Amino acid sequence: MSKQNNYSDKEFLIDDVLRDYSNNSKDKDLLEQISILRHDKINEPVIYMGSGTCGLGAGAGDTLEAVKKYLDEKQVSAKIVETGCIGLCAVEPIMDIQLPDYNRISFQQVTADRVNDILDSIFQLEVPQADILGQFDTPEAKEWKGVKYLHEHSFFAPQKRIVLNNCGVVDPVDIREYIARGGYKSYIKTVNEHSPLEVCDVVEKSGLRGRGGGGFPAGRKWKFANSAKSDQKYLICNADEGDPGAFMDRAVIEGDPHKLIEGMAIGAYAIGATKAYVYIRAEYPLAIKRLEIAIEQAKDYGLIGKNIFETGVDFEIKIKKGAGAFVCGEETALIHSVEGKRGMPRPRPPFPPTRGLFDKPTVVNNVETFANVPAILQNGAEWFASTGTENSKGTKVFALSGKIALTGLIEIPMGTTIREIIFDIAGGILNNQKFKAVQIGGPSGGCLTEENLDIQIDYESLVNVGAMMGSGGLVVMDEHTCMVDVAKFFMGFIQRESCGKCIPCREGTKRLLEILESITSKPNASDPTETLDRFKGMMQVEKLSKVIQDTSLCGLGQTAPNPVLSTYKRFKNEYEAHLFDRYCPARVCQNLKVYKIDVDKCTGCTLCIKKCPVDAIIGTKKSPHFIVEDKCIGCGACYEACKFDAIEVV
Amino acid sequence: MSFLIKVNNKEIEARNGETILDAMERQGIQVPTLCHLKDMLPSGSCRMCVVENAKNNRLVTACSTPVEEGMEIQTHSSGVIESRKTIVELLLSNHPDDCLYCVRNKNCELQDLSEELQIRERRIKGVKNNIHLDRSGTSLVRDPDKCILCGRCVRVCEEVMGVACIDFINRGSQSIIGPPFDRTLNTSSCVNCGQCIMVCPTGALSEKSHFPELISMLNNPEKTVVVQYAPSISVSLAEEFNMPAGGDISSIMNAALRKIGFQYVFDTSFGADLTIMEEAAELVNRIENGDTLPMITSCCPGWVKFAEQFYPDMLPNLSSCKSPQQMMGAVIKSYWAEQLNKNPEDIYSVAIMPCTAKKFEAQREEMTSRGITDVDAVLTTRELGQLIRMYGIDINNISPEATDSPLGFRSSAGKIFGASGGVMEAAIRTAYNMITGEELLKFKVEELRGLDGCKEAQLKVDDLTINVAVVNGLANARKLLDKVNNGEKEYHFIEVMACPGGCINGGGQHIGAAEGAVEARMKALYDIDDKETVKTSHKNPEVIKLYKGFLGKPLEHTSHELLHTHYYKRDVIL
Repeated sequence: MSKQNNYSDKEFLIDDVLRDYSNNSKDKDLLEQISILRHDKINEPVIYMGSGTCGLGAGAGDTLEAVKKYLDEKQVSAKIVETGCIGLCAVEPIMDIQLPDYNRISFQQVTADRVNDILDSIFQLEVPQADILGQFDTPEAKEWKGVKYLHEHSFFAPQKRIVLNNCGVVDPVDIREYIARGGYKSYIKTVNEHSPLEVCDVVEKSGLRGRGGGGFPAGRKWKFANSAKSDQKYLICNADEGDPGAFMDRAVIEGDPHKLIEGMAIGAYAIGATKAYVYIRAEYPLAIKRLEIAIEQAKDYGLIGKNIFETGVDFEIKIKKGAGAFVCGEETALIHSVEGKRGMPRPRPPFPPTRGLFDKPTVVNNVETFANVPAILQNGAEWFASTGTENSKGTKVFALSGKIALTGLIEIPMGTTIREIIFDIAGGILNNQKFKAVQIGGPSGGCLTEENLDIQIDYESLVNVGAMMGSGGLVVMDEHTCMVDVAKFFMGFIQRESCGKCIPCREGTKRLLEILESITSKPNASDPTETLDRFKGMMQVEKLSKVIQDTSLCGLGQTAPNPVLSTYKRFKNEYEAHLFDRYCPARVCQNLKVYKIDVDKCTGCTLCIKKCPVDAIIGTKKSPHFIVEDKCIGCGACYEACKFDAIEVV
Repeated sequence: MSFLIKVNNKEIEARNGETILDAMERQGIQVPTLCHLKDMLPSGSCRMCVVENAKNNRLVTACSTPVEEGMEIQTHSSGVIESRKTIVELLLSNHPDDCLYCVRNKNCELQDLSEELQIRERRIKGVKNNIHLDRSGTSLVRDPDKCILCGRCVRVCEEVMGVACIDFINRGSQSIIGPPFDRTLNTSSCVNCGQCIMVCPTGALSEKSHFPELISMLNNPEKTVVVQYAPSISVSLAEEFNMPAGGDISSIMNAALRKIGFQYVFDTSFGADLTIMEEAAELVNRIENGDTLPMITSCCPGWVKFAEQFYPDMLPNLSSCKSPQQMMGAVIKSYWAEQLNKNPEDIYSVAIMPCTAKKFEAQREEMTSRGITDVDAVLTTRELGQLIRMYGIDINNISPEATDSPLGFRSSAGKIFGASGGVMEAAIRTAYNMITGEELLKFKVEELRGLDGCKEAQLKVDDLTINVAVVNGLANARKLLDKVNNGEKEYHFIEVMACPGGCINGGGQHIGAAEGAVEARMKALYDIDDKETVKTSHKNPEVIKLYKGFLGKPLEHTSHELLHTHYYKRDVIL
């Protein structure tokens, strides 16, 4: 599109759409122009490439190159749009094609080698048989016969997408499309029609609670800051998503950065902040890049800057890159980090809304919290509150990972059961294995088992069963998972990520980890105190955990023992097997695996001798080999190598 | 506004805005602390002061939780004791078990807590960090293995001293406190003030000891071992022997030092008198000739290094005078050696200082005269205490003795050097005389006394108004110098002491001083000033004799060679 066109789009969007935000007229020209900007009405084919981090990781870059090459060779004129992630990370790369007058149609697992076939048939208006994800319901467009609608897909059907509605659908770095789809209207309406306190009221009434884990009512937090008197206030968006298995914030920013900016702009107005920061980890380069572009676009449209739309409101937004520390998700540590100091929490009170960044009143909210705000202000508190449970309103985004058929990102109404998520939406356990547990709420959360699958997800119900909402990571485990190993993994993570400030967290998590390491360590008969120390250590676990929970300075420490406590509570038998029998029931703990060679099956081919990294296998050619147990490190290289199934794990 | 809260089922008064700890301290209710520092914002890192809030049975830290009306607190419930005990056990599980070899044996807060909480079993075991000792500095030794990361040193270094040469490094159990990039202390901006040692609860920070060399020198018949002690030593040494703060025991100290084997004993206050003669002359000179002003004192080696690092542009403002310690040392190895017919190279000159930075100063290359080091070894007040105990001297049962002469007489102006404002006051007395030829009617300058961080005075000398300022605590110096630099303030003369309150609160003083000890030491110095008749340096008969027979006049050739020095910009990691 030419610059001239861009300019007129901008004028149109600012004057006819944003300034005239309450205009619901059915003016044909207006609607026509909007539908063009929305990509509902197109003149040439549009190819959408899912280019979030997940898509690119799965090969979207190569696919895109193949598409360009195809278009070049066949001299086909088409527009290419790189979108964020639609949520089905498991089947990336996802490519959508929209032909003029036809519904947009989506394909899964489109690797570079499959591009030609798909494009060939689509351009001939034939639907390729394999790997169709579904078709969109594009207004005034023709349906593809025999193709299911995307919103009927079992992954999408139970979802309610408020935060993610644009993700994977729109061009994230095209402000025109965002505005054409109703974006920034909510902001302009808010600053024109509501007082800051009214905004706080609406958000409080909506029941929106912090999506970063704590679940504190957002409106109430905003009110504290609103009522604080200060010459300067700050708003901070916490995008320091640090839980293993969590990628909600990344996907929102990569897929729809303008929604975050709009939510923050409304939040800043509500508390009287003119300066805002997005604290985001440097490991999210794509999200940072897209957010930077989006901020520049918003500035260009006068949505960020001084005297926004002549309302007298100033709003400035800066990106602050963090070095990737889990503890910087804690708000006081985050604030220190933004100030340029080492990210370490400080005691609260004073709480940030009273004294925060540079000692000024500050509100810190999570990406998802802000992303909910435009819709709340647009549709009203009641609309938002109509979804969810009594005390947890709206929807929640979850990142599904682990041994699950469809890993990805979903947004479901509060009150959905975990069973629905795992089995209905995500298609159950990978390879039809048996479900064992699900870790919810990241390392600080807890693991839930079969008996908890029917609880309705909300803040309180999760806490009641010893887990927590956290930021929304859901790691699913099947029967081949060792729960002691899981606890050890999370404990190791927490131990490394502790800031080191307070004693119980710094020293205590290290000791808890060491206890877990001791029960999964290789039995050592030559050390006479080893067994006693192992038993003594295990006996300390619960007491030590309680002190760490009770006395740690911040949330990281207070929840640090959860991975051990919740697995210990629910899988005591597994702990006992490790401790007493020195046996890992799931056969995961390498140190507890004993490999033996079946002399009847062994042909004496010496392959295993060659593969063994520690020379633990002895034997001569053509006679059965033997594994020296003391030397064996349990790596399993021999097991993998043996062609005669002669090696067994006992 | 005040209200009542219940602590251990007893009502006590609490004031709005204060913490639980503040309220309890006023009532004498004690809870253990490790990271707490009076008059500083709570850090909440050690969690030792947890108390139980009866309303919700939750543990809160007394140091950081504000009091609320109707609050009910239990300070020693079983849950609280168990938690505190576990925290100490966790620390011990990662602490070297070498109390018997530790510099802080019997004066260690961790040891005390372990004893108070009756820890008698190694319940929690694990791998201990094993981090190398940092002996790179000239004054301080850092032993990260003994560090419990309470962070007191970090806060003092940053907030009180304005230096910030150490901070937390790494994460989790690998966290340590150290200089930038985990380099050694000698490459950092550490000014060697030793205030970190004063707040360290364990033996993680200590002064570098010169004991072995000193003891071998004391036993070397070819060496003449002489000792000088700083003005503030005599009013603070008593605390090393559990005596109340502020007693002046100079004559007992003289006797003890001779018993140990020091052949000649001097009071550095004589050197201070000499400093005043030179410094006052320099000030008068600068004012009369319109040279660089304000002139800033240079007796404090912590401050000098600070200026060399952070304010290199202001080095011309620093007085070129050596410190009293170095002047004394220079005069001992020249004038005094000549008088007693001794070879300066056979003299081993020891200084006892309330300061760790003095160890650094004595080793500066500029601190030599005619190729011979002015001072050979520096001991802190603490080390003197250790030495006296090592030699089995009962200071309660010893006959007082006087210092040696020549160089044995001091004015009380030299003595008050030990308190912040003392140098300024002493300099004013002599400068007044140098300008007017007369004596001040009133020697006391009340505005410059006391423990305030920044003090100012205006003085009329004939028709000249002299503006002076006194700062202590380098963070305060930073604030003042920035004001001077941006033209907000104008002075003729500024006294800077690195440590809060001056040398009486130096980094070499007694660790674990009682509350009010610093005030008591200060009072003791000013009491001496009140009592004595020779209150000005220029009236010190031995100073007069020294100038007449050896130095000539202040700032003249011999003085310049022996008693003055220069400074240079330092490259350190800032």
